[in-house]
Amino acid sequence: MAVPEPTVRETVIRGSNGKTRLCFFGVMAALLIVSAVFSENLCPYDPYLQDLDAALQQPSAAHIFGTDRYGRDMLSRVIVGSRTSIFSTFLLVAIITTFGTAIGVFCGWARGRADNLLMRVSDLCLAFPGLVFALAVAGVLGGGLSNAVIALAMISWPKYARIARSQTLSVRETSYLKAARLAGCSTSRLILKHILPNIAGPILVTATLDVGTMMMELAGLSFLGLGAKPPTAEWGSMMSETRGLLQTVPWAVFAPGIAIFIAVMVFNLLGDAVRDWMDPKMRVKS
Amino acid sequence: MTTPILQVQNLKKIFTRNGQSDFLAVDGVSFDVAPGECVGLIGESGSGKSTVANMIARLLNPTGGQIFLDGEDVTKTDVRAVCRKVQMIFQSPQESFDPRRTLGDGIGESLLTAGEPASETAEEVARLLEAVGLSSDFMCRYPHEVSGGQCQRAAIARALAIEPKLLLCDEATSALDVTVQAEIVSLLSHLMRGHGMACLFICHDIALAQSFCDRILVMYRGKIVEEGLPDEVIQSPKQEYTKMLIDSVL
Amino acid sequence: MNEILQYVNVTTSYNAVPVVHDVSFSLGEGEILGIVGESGSGKSTLLKAAMGLLGAGGVVTSGDIWYRGKNLPDLSEEELRRLSGAEIAMVFQQAGASFCPVRRVGAQLYEAVTAHDAISEAEFTDRAAELLHKLRFEDASRILESYPFELSGGMMQRVGIAAAILMNPSVLLADEPTSALDVSVQKQAVEEMCLIRELYHTSIVIVTHNIGVVRAMADRVIVMKEGRIVESGGTRDVLENPAREYTKKLMAAVPKLRLRRGA
Repeated sequence: MAVPEPTVRETVIRGSNGKTRLCFFGVMAALLIVSAVFSENLCPYDPYLQDLDAALQQPSAAHIFGTDRYGRDMLSRVIVGSRTSIFSTFLLVAIITTFGTAIGVFCGWARGRADNLLMRVSDLCLAFPGLVFALAVAGVLGGGLSNAVIALAMISWPKYARIARSQTLSVRETSYLKAARLAGCSTSRLILKHILPNIAGPILVTATLDVGTMMMELAGLSFLGLGAKPPTAEWGSMMSETRGLLQTVPWAVFAPGIAIFIAVMVFNLLGDAVRDWMDPKMRVKS
Repeated sequence: MTTPILQVQNLKKIFTRNGQSDFLAVDGVSFDVAPGECVGLIGESGSGKSTVANMIARLLNPTGGQIFLDGEDVTKTDVRAVCRKVQMIFQSPQESFDPRRTLGDGIGESLLTAGEPASETAEEVARLLEAVGLSSDFMCRYPHEVSGGQCQRAAIARALAIEPKLLLCDEATSALDVTVQAEIVSLLSHLMRGHGMACLFICHDIALAQSFCDRILVMYRGKIVEEGLPDEVIQSPKQEYTKMLIDSVL
Repeated sequence: MNEILQYVNVTTSYNAVPVVHDVSFSLGEGEILGIVGESGSGKSTLLKAAMGLLGAGGVVTSGDIWYRGKNLPDLSEEELRRLSGAEIAMVFQQAGASFCPVRRVGAQLYEAVTAHDAISEAEFTDRAAELLHKLRFEDASRILESYPFELSGGMMQRVGIAAAILMNPSVLLADEPTSALDVSVQKQAVEEMCLIRELYHTSIVIVTHNIGVVRAMADRVIVMKEGRIVESGGTRDVLENPAREYTKKLMAAVPKLRLRRGA
């Protein structure tokens, strides 16, 4: 009889629960947010102070990202711009998450005609190409960052409504919800205490992943002149202002470009990490 | 003769899928349950027995027929109107507790909604847990942290919290191991006697229904095809379907 | 009786936690062996260990599982794949649900067979129809031409069991094959497996928590608890006159039908 050889058969199983990744990107995102909050204190120069003598300087020790055509320090503008970019994105994501979830939960709970009507409206919103719809909204409401946020919100909420609706539909069929109804819970208690906590997972993951996308879209609208107005420092509009100088003073375009790239990447990877961490099936991998 | 705790008359349920292919799940079912009586509703999957229970608990609206609880017509009311008299125990215990809340939260919920102050609920929950043979530590556990049998005990405690007059057990022991099933069944019969509760015991295990119930209803394709005392039905079945069902038991 | 499958001191663990401890038993040719136990007893793990299906974190830490001179845990994935289906087949609780919903039953079975065997579709259809006919399916050709949703869950489970022996394997490992079924279909599935043994001399290991199923079909039975064998022996001996406390408790807990007055 063969002697068992555990060493041959035993495979090394490493539990990669993605927690390290989550922590890493969580810290990165937190750093971005903190720097956005304290941006004014972090700036080496006044980001709005024009100094035409110092215009279009190359990157140097004094101005790490150089200066723009009005002599404003690019680094300071990028740091201050993070506030506009990041916070308007957060506001946008918060609006679409709350609104979309509310509509979705309502549809999933009420079903019937109201559900049908609202879902067709959401189909309508989804049928528009995002940027074109935003252009149309901006055309009606006028430019400006808040209108850009409204435009993007109008076409982005259906995704959340659909997730919330399908999750609500499945939760309302579970026996724990039946048990809660038999415990005499009111509808509001059922929704707040039982449905929302149980559907929050996938919605939060989508929201985290959406931060990057929305940041890009907002920057895109600003780039087209439909978002933040000069002289407000915003990454998209900063790129737009300086795009004519790409061949002569490329750093003026690269600085906000790199900022967008890093911020979007951090939030996207954070979203991935959150998703992997929340999905128990992804937690144990060989 | 005492008034029945539950009277079901000509109950019907039609499920409609996308406006087409109506499915007659429950087709004119009538029966009574006397106070303190344990009635077994047996049948195979798809026979409509769970649908009957869900309609009695007012979790589903019947398409036709009437349901009287304690002599009162509850057909047009909703679950909140009957939940002080009827409680339900579900098939898979772990899924009958909210995964994000503790067992104690679940058990105490009906006390809170009845307006009992939160400070007194904890004490009451501990007492209920004790009544079903669990220590009060279980209050702080989550459903995935306890075994199926422990979880079903907690579900029974939750049902007992408001001292219902009728307990609906929807395959309450089907997902459990046989030794655990035996414990749960004996706990149920002990509690029913203690509280004078009636019980509608839905199951597909004919032998279990025979040993546990006072009376048996056999359901097939939405209809009650046979009813009587357990030994009577099982030892001298009148319907072909009942005979086939009994023959199939291994 | 020749032994076709032999477990020798098998210990398996998940993430270094042992779930089956030092289990030894053997399966004779043409024998039906029942393994009963409650959840967590490790009964399914035993079958999965043979076929390399323990999944992430599960390993056979010591012991051997011999099949015709081959030690199954030592085989490479490729070698196991060649054995599985053709010589050792497996049936699960949800065998019926493992069919793809949008393709015809026959086409899926054909695909499974061609993985091992070069065979024309016409030849296959004849073979499959003959098998289903022998296993007392009514209207075999209609079943092969149906989509899974057109057949009932119980029928699909029976087709799943039949499909497992299409390649005429020597051993059939059945993991709770009847547990999701209604009693009437359960009886048909049990009869089908008995017929398979009768017609093809297939050796069968059936793992179940249902004592009735084991009583109806197994020659020998093994009672497991917490990863160990509690008791084993002839089905009647073990179930009627259990020697161990646990088996007695288990048997006492099984509700029994009183078919005669005063019984």
